Amino acid sequence: MSVIYVLLAISITVAIVFFVAFVFSVRSGQYDDSYTPSVRMLFEDELLEDVGKVDTNNNKIEQTNNTNQ
Amino acid sequence: MTCYHCGDNCDSGRISFDEKNFCCNGCKTVYEIFTTNGLSNFYEIEARAGTTPNEVQKKYDFLDNKDIASKLIEFDEEGVQVVNLSIPTIHCSSCIWVLENLNRLHSSISNSQVNFPKKTIRVTYKTDNFSLRTLVLLLSSIGYEPYISLEEYGKKDGKVDRSLIYKLGVAGFTFGNVMLLSFPEYFEVEEFWLEQYKQVFRWLMFAFSLPVVFYAAQDYFVSAIKGLRSKLLNIDVPIALGILTLFLRSTIDIIFDLGSGFFDSLTGLVFFLLLGKYFQQKTYSFLSFERDYKSYFPIAVTRLDAEREEENVQVYKIQQGDRILIRNQEIIPVDCILIKGTAEIDYSFVTGESQAIFKNSGDKLFAGGKQLSGVLEVEVLKSVSQSYLTQLWGNSVFQKDKVSAFQSLTDSIGKRFTTAVLSIAIISSIFWLFYMPSMALNVFTAVLIIACPCAIALAAPFTLGNMLRIFGKHKFYLKNANVIERLAKVDTAIFDKTGTITSSKKETITYEGVALNNEETKLLKTTLRASNHPLSRSLYNILKSNDIETLDEFQEHTGMGIEGRMNGHSIKLGSATYVGKDGTVSQENTSVFINADEDYKGRFVFKNSYREGVDVLFEELGRSMEIGILSGDNDGERKRLQRKLPKKTALLFDQKPKDKLDYIKQLQNRHSVLMVGDGLNDAGALAQSDVGISVSEDINVFSPACDGILDASKLTKLPIFVKLSQKSIQIIKMSFLLSLCYNLVGLYFAVTGQLQPVVAAILMPLSSISIVVFTTLMTNLLARKLAKPNKERRNDDDQGHI
Repeated sequence: MSVIYVLLAISITVAIVFFVAFVFSVRSGQYDDSYTPSVRMLFEDELLEDVGKVDTNNNKIEQTNNTNQ
Repeated sequence: MTCYHCGDNCDSGRISFDEKNFCCNGCKTVYEIFTTNGLSNFYEIEARAGTTPNEVQKKYDFLDNKDIASKLIEFDEEGVQVVNLSIPTIHCSSCIWVLENLNRLHSSISNSQVNFPKKTIRVTYKTDNFSLRTLVLLLSSIGYEPYISLEEYGKKDGKVDRSLIYKLGVAGFTFGNVMLLSFPEYFEVEEFWLEQYKQVFRWLMFAFSLPVVFYAAQDYFVSAIKGLRSKLLNIDVPIALGILTLFLRSTIDIIFDLGSGFFDSLTGLVFFLLLGKYFQQKTYSFLSFERDYKSYFPIAVTRLDAEREEENVQVYKIQQGDRILIRNQEIIPVDCILIKGTAEIDYSFVTGESQAIFKNSGDKLFAGGKQLSGVLEVEVLKSVSQSYLTQLWGNSVFQKDKVSAFQSLTDSIGKRFTTAVLSIAIISSIFWLFYMPSMALNVFTAVLIIACPCAIALAAPFTLGNMLRIFGKHKFYLKNANVIERLAKVDTAIFDKTGTITSSKKETITYEGVALNNEETKLLKTTLRASNHPLSRSLYNILKSNDIETLDEFQEHTGMGIEGRMNGHSIKLGSATYVGKDGTVSQENTSVFINADEDYKGRFVFKNSYREGVDVLFEELGRSMEIGILSGDNDGERKRLQRKLPKKTALLFDQKPKDKLDYIKQLQNRHSVLMVGDGLNDAGALAQSDVGISVSEDINVFSPACDGILDASKLTKLPIFVKLSQKSIQIIKMSFLLSLCYNLVGLYFAVTGQLQPVVAAILMPLSSISIVVFTTLMTNLLARKLAKPNKERRNDDDQGHI
């Protein structure tokens, strides 16, 4: 019945791994600003666009606006 | 017609560009910068989100000074620098987008990251042909001028205190695991396999509880010891006692195999307590409640040395007798004498008076004013810390900590609670000592465990924390939850006049002197149209004549006045000396003097008008508390004010900053005082009062150190805010009663010696959760009151008229 020791060890190890992940995420500053990333996420498409492609991209946005209406 | 960039009205002086309308050249330039750099998405994300850039010119030259710059830069190595700048104009998603794409505007910028709640930006850049100064200028040119003040000087070390999050994480982690491990023993106590392994489970729980007791619950022990040292029984004493007993008793239980211990309750308790603390900790990180003169005085000024060479020096290094230059839009950091230039000084930060004052060479200028036109050369009279305004901060009141001086409701309950719990524990264990001695220790610890005032400790944080949030939604931003408790006790309200109960946006303009004929009025209006001075704009808007003709000649003399000619007639308007008005004129109000065809006619007097609804405000507040007015101005307004105020109101005029402070101090002998003010001259009174509230037209702009910042448009809701604070205290008291009921049930089990771990494990979270639910529901119910519009408003005599 020593399998229970194995199970306990596994469950605690998994828990500790998550706990360490939590500590690292706090340390890296993820909890300092919980608002901006939610906005930043929405702009990721725009971030990739090149200066030269500005005009086409603008049209794209206008198009999506139109379809939304 | 609104500006494509900033959304302002652009009727006067519209600029058309690229088939779009702009209100000024500044906005147009920003548009050009954005479109040529592929940042035109700025306008797609949020329409008209821009900010008009200010003229900065040489204002930031001091950033080239290595000593000063190094105090601001966080990281500086191998040609890479990192700087964290505060930008008050960040307000929407477009701002985030454009500021995080700064690398489009300059190739030396490698990374920029916005923290929206704090309104800061962190920029990483290479220093080859780029510097902090160019970065600041770049940001200013697109309407995001950073806020660099004395306050930031030397405190670049931006360490964030994250210990509460760590502690909460630790407590939550162990709580979950201990719960899982203790679950088997709740139900099948006599089961064979469980008997085999329960020691392992128990010691694992013990191991998990160690970090909770010695790390996560640290603050409670520290606070309890502090309280005991100063002979105060605060609420943390029974909590610390409870945690300690829980831990010791559980350890003894598992060592001697007496039971499974209370590790589940222990970790749960700490987790809930920390959750309450975290909830209450919510503050408005983009607002600063600690600002003094330092946060808006410049870091450096331009000093003229003996050879009249300009050099940038740190503000503290200025000495008496130095000659310094004050440029347009700069703040005068020291008391000084004007040597050269025309001064138009805006003292609104200091007094709340929005109209600028004109000064001539030889006049004395006080620190804190903002120069509005042209360059000034001044001679320093006193160093920064000795100036009229700044010496106020030498007063000991600014070192006082209002929170620790105030005994909160929870702490005062905690005192009685601790004595009650300790006596119950001792009495019942004495009883058991005679009846069945082996149970005495069991009962003693059981009482301490079950009576641990978790629910009581949670009632205040959740009620006040939620109220704080509700107030915030209604534009009343408090420094911390403790302010609500203090606000509930207030019985006297003292108001500053200018800028607090008067509005700086709306003014009443009256004309004194010989009436102007139609011809003259027309000429006046036409002349005003050509001028961009704020006073001209307000005058232009109220003059009735509508015929606008073309002027033959127009001249603007900066800092003096304007002159217009048409059809052989001329008109001059501006300062008294400019139009040739002889003799001394009373300086109490801002005036524009009129001279038609070289003949003095009269003057327009600008007065701030009272905010809408102040009489209702005073009437409502007057029912429950005493009211007073403390004004730095002379008593010219006494009669008008008296009509608005309830009888018996104390009216004091000509109050210096120190007088205001002393008046509040003297009132505090008998009363609990609420001070409502706005400028730096109220800073002393705000700090001295029990609750100091600063009224602000735009909360992002400077407001002095205070306990709360109230948006000016919500000033009339002040009585409701006070009432809600009082109601919050009632809610807390009700929650205390509720949690006492739980405690009585628990105590029954404890005193009769039948407290099982499972009972504690159910009772503790149950009481905590029901308190949280109760307080949240009640506060939200109360908040509906705020949502209702105020009662009908009387609208009397304050309309602008001529």
